[in-house]
Amino acid sequence: MARYILRRVGQGVFVLWATFTIAFFVLYLLPSDPAALIAAGGGGEVDQIDPALLEELRAQHGLDRPVIVQYGDALWQAVRGDFGASYLSGAPATSLVAQALPETLKLTGVALALAVAGGALLAVASVFPRARALRQALSALPPLGVALPTFFVGLLLLQWLSFRVPVFPAIGNEGAISLVLPAVTLAVPAGAQLAQVLSRSLRGTLGEPYVETAWAKGAGRGRVFLAHALRNAAIPAFTVLGIMVGGLLGGAVVTETVFSRVGLGRLTVQSVNQQDVPVVLAIVVFSALVFVVVTLVVDLVYPLLDPRIESSGITESRRSTAVAA
Amino acid sequence: MLEIEGLEVGYRTPGGGTYRAVRGIDLQVRAGEVVALVGESGSGKSTTAHAALHLLPRGGRVTAGTLRLDGRDLSALTGSDWQGVRGRHVGLVPQDPTVSLNPVVRVGDQVAEVLVIHGLARRAAARRRAVELLAQAGIDDPEARARQYPHQLSGGLRQRALIAIAIAAGPRLIVADEPTSALDVTVQRRILDHLGSLVRETGTAVLLITHDLGVAADRADRVVVLEQGVVVEEGPAARILTDPQHPYTRKLIAAAPSLASSRLTVSHHAATDGATSGDEGSTTGLGAEPPARAARETVPVLELDDVRKEFALPRGAGARRLVAVDGVSLAVGRGQTYALVGESGSGKSTTARLALRLEKPTAGRVLFQGTDITGARGGELRRLRRGFQVVYQSPYASLDPRFTVEDIVTEPLRAFGVGSASERSDRARALVEDVALPGDVLRRGARELSGGQRQRVAIARALALNPDLVVLDEPVSALDVSVQAQILDLLVRLQAEHGLTYLFISHDLAVVRQVADQVGVMSRGRLVESGPAECILLDPQEAYTRELVAAIPGRRALEKLETA
Repeated sequence: MARYILRRVGQGVFVLWATFTIAFFVLYLLPSDPAALIAAGGGGEVDQIDPALLEELRAQHGLDRPVIVQYGDALWQAVRGDFGASYLSGAPATSLVAQALPETLKLTGVALALAVAGGALLAVASVFPRARALRQALSALPPLGVALPTFFVGLLLLQWLSFRVPVFPAIGNEGAISLVLPAVTLAVPAGAQLAQVLSRSLRGTLGEPYVETAWAKGAGRGRVFLAHALRNAAIPAFTVLGIMVGGLLGGAVVTETVFSRVGLGRLTVQSVNQQDVPVVLAIVVFSALVFVVVTLVVDLVYPLLDPRIESSGITESRRSTAVAA
Repeated sequence: MLEIEGLEVGYRTPGGGTYRAVRGIDLQVRAGEVVALVGESGSGKSTTAHAALHLLPRGGRVTAGTLRLDGRDLSALTGSDWQGVRGRHVGLVPQDPTVSLNPVVRVGDQVAEVLVIHGLARRAAARRRAVELLAQAGIDDPEARARQYPHQLSGGLRQRALIAIAIAAGPRLIVADEPTSALDVTVQRRILDHLGSLVRETGTAVLLITHDLGVAADRADRVVVLEQGVVVEEGPAARILTDPQHPYTRKLIAAAPSLASSRLTVSHHAATDGATSGDEGSTTGLGAEPPARAARETVPVLELDDVRKEFALPRGAGARRLVAVDGVSLAVGRGQTYALVGESGSGKSTTARLALRLEKPTAGRVLFQGTDITGARGGELRRLRRGFQVVYQSPYASLDPRFTVEDIVTEPLRAFGVGSASERSDRARALVEDVALPGDVLRRGARELSGGQRQRVAIARALALNPDLVVLDEPVSALDVSVQAQILDLLVRLQAEHGLTYLFISHDLAVVRQVADQVGVMSRGRLVESGPAECILLDPQEAYTRELVAAIPGRRALEKLETA
């Protein structure tokens, strides 16, 4: 088990390194001059800066060195948790990310909970009822939810529940109530995606012979659906959940922009627009880190859901206690 | 116990019509009696069984008839009333044990669930009782098994667990739907023996659904024969076997490999057709092998010389390597059929893959027509493949559903760039005719064909390149008995006409008896016994072979008749 985790962590480190390297060189190839951006400090005309000042800034930030030396230096600093200072504000890139993070975590956390609860409920509801028409109507919802763009859902919610009937604030980060609309916006596509996978998988498991065995035992509808079909159907849906967590971070970019919320998404948009390379690099590597961690957690939880899957190295006794827990 | 009168079941078809699967069946199962419902796929036997449990698949509906259990009319029951009947009064032993247990729930809990559902025991007591039930179903070390998950148990053990589930609440009737068709014959025999003694002890009635008249005759007091949703004949098992009245029953008996006793032969006109290419194939009854044959054919078409195949196991699985094939040597002479027999996991399919050089042996040599092809690779191996072709078990999985039959049959020709488009098309027509399919199937998709027709297409494809050797990997196990018989006839005729050499892989000794010249019996990767078919089947030397021969269904019934 320990060896398995160690190997997976090693793979994760590789992914992070690869992400950093690709991002570094892509950003380096951008046509803009970092020195000019630093000099401008987020505003002002880049053209009018004194060339001597630019030279000085380049020397100061080590931008006059060969790219490979810059890369090595940046990588070494990044390993120590330092992504350099923002070109715009001069603050460390990592602390900018850290500042923006809590708001985004709140948003994505609530959205994830909504998506899982809503998606699972919708999936069961689109399979469980006896009435065929109801099942069909409910089955049509997930594809619709997946198809709607995030910004469009956001704008609709704003229009109805904020401007026309002012129930929720339209923008800002003030209190829990300001979280409702953006979280719902973010949850809709994610929940719909989950519902789609789960209901398809549920329909599949309902046709499985072991479900017939359950019926033949005299089990009632609820028991057959929840104890037998849903437990098995949840396994593929769980994989989607892992991918979804990463997707929520991407969705946060749009949602935070639409609702003018402070957060990682807004910071991303800002930094990309202003070509604030250190901050962009920090955000990219952070996102990769989230993916790596979530994937590892999903893989470790998988054997607990499905006894047929063994994380290599997990022993029999370890597994039985884990399932019982 | 169970009385069915005038039962009719219909399925909604996509066109909006109704397909009548069961058309007015009368059936009685008395207390303590075992009644076998026999028929081929589409005969309505499974539908009848499911109707007795009110478990018809979506779209299925009982349209007429009454159903009584212990004198109680079940026709008027609502869905939730049925919950009290299923499991409690009628138990089901399902068809395929490998997929009929919930994979994420411990075996013991699945047995205990029946008792909890019917309020017969509380959780902890139900768990203890489940262990007893597993023991009753013939499972050793039931406490440990109860804590395991289904995938950790063999198919036979899983079927025993399902039997424990079926008997848990002490039902008066058990519906067993092809309970052992997915299992190896020796396992099948032990499980049916055990089920038989269980129901005798408790006086439980059994409705046994089976496609195999041999199994029915062995196990049932009475046999009911179904054809297309209608009962065509019923009576005591011994009478049905010895004195069948209805032509369909006679056809089933004639087709049942387990009840036939000798090798298939080719009718005369076919034999003379094939005389130029290979008269050896046009054999002959038991023990009538011409002695000249072995002398004339000095170089075997296929020779395996002490081949061994190991597979690496994933780390953490205990032993590092699995030895699938362990020092197997065999030779198949031209025009002969060498049958490789064994149960699942015996290594027979891996041996076939080695012969086809789809796998490379870990040690040993593979010789094709005297040439060592063990190390052949790339273009050389590809050229060699023209000489050996394969027919797989499932004609449903081995034909591309998007191809027309012509595409399928000519694909090997296209792969080797043989002939022009019109020549290939002519060849396809000849091949289809050769396997006795009507010419118009060429334009149709494989999906539109029946299982037997599909297997004919697969055989035609294997013959497209005029191979010397055809490896037949369980070619009839996925088919109905009467279709099985037709395909076996076809294979024997083609062998005679084209001088084909067969490596015939099968778990079914009864089928092997009908086609094989030589038989090799495999167990745990080793060839435990081999020799001429009649010697192996009539006078097996090894204990394992004897067990296999004894397990052929239908044998018990035949012996009973002989002694009577």
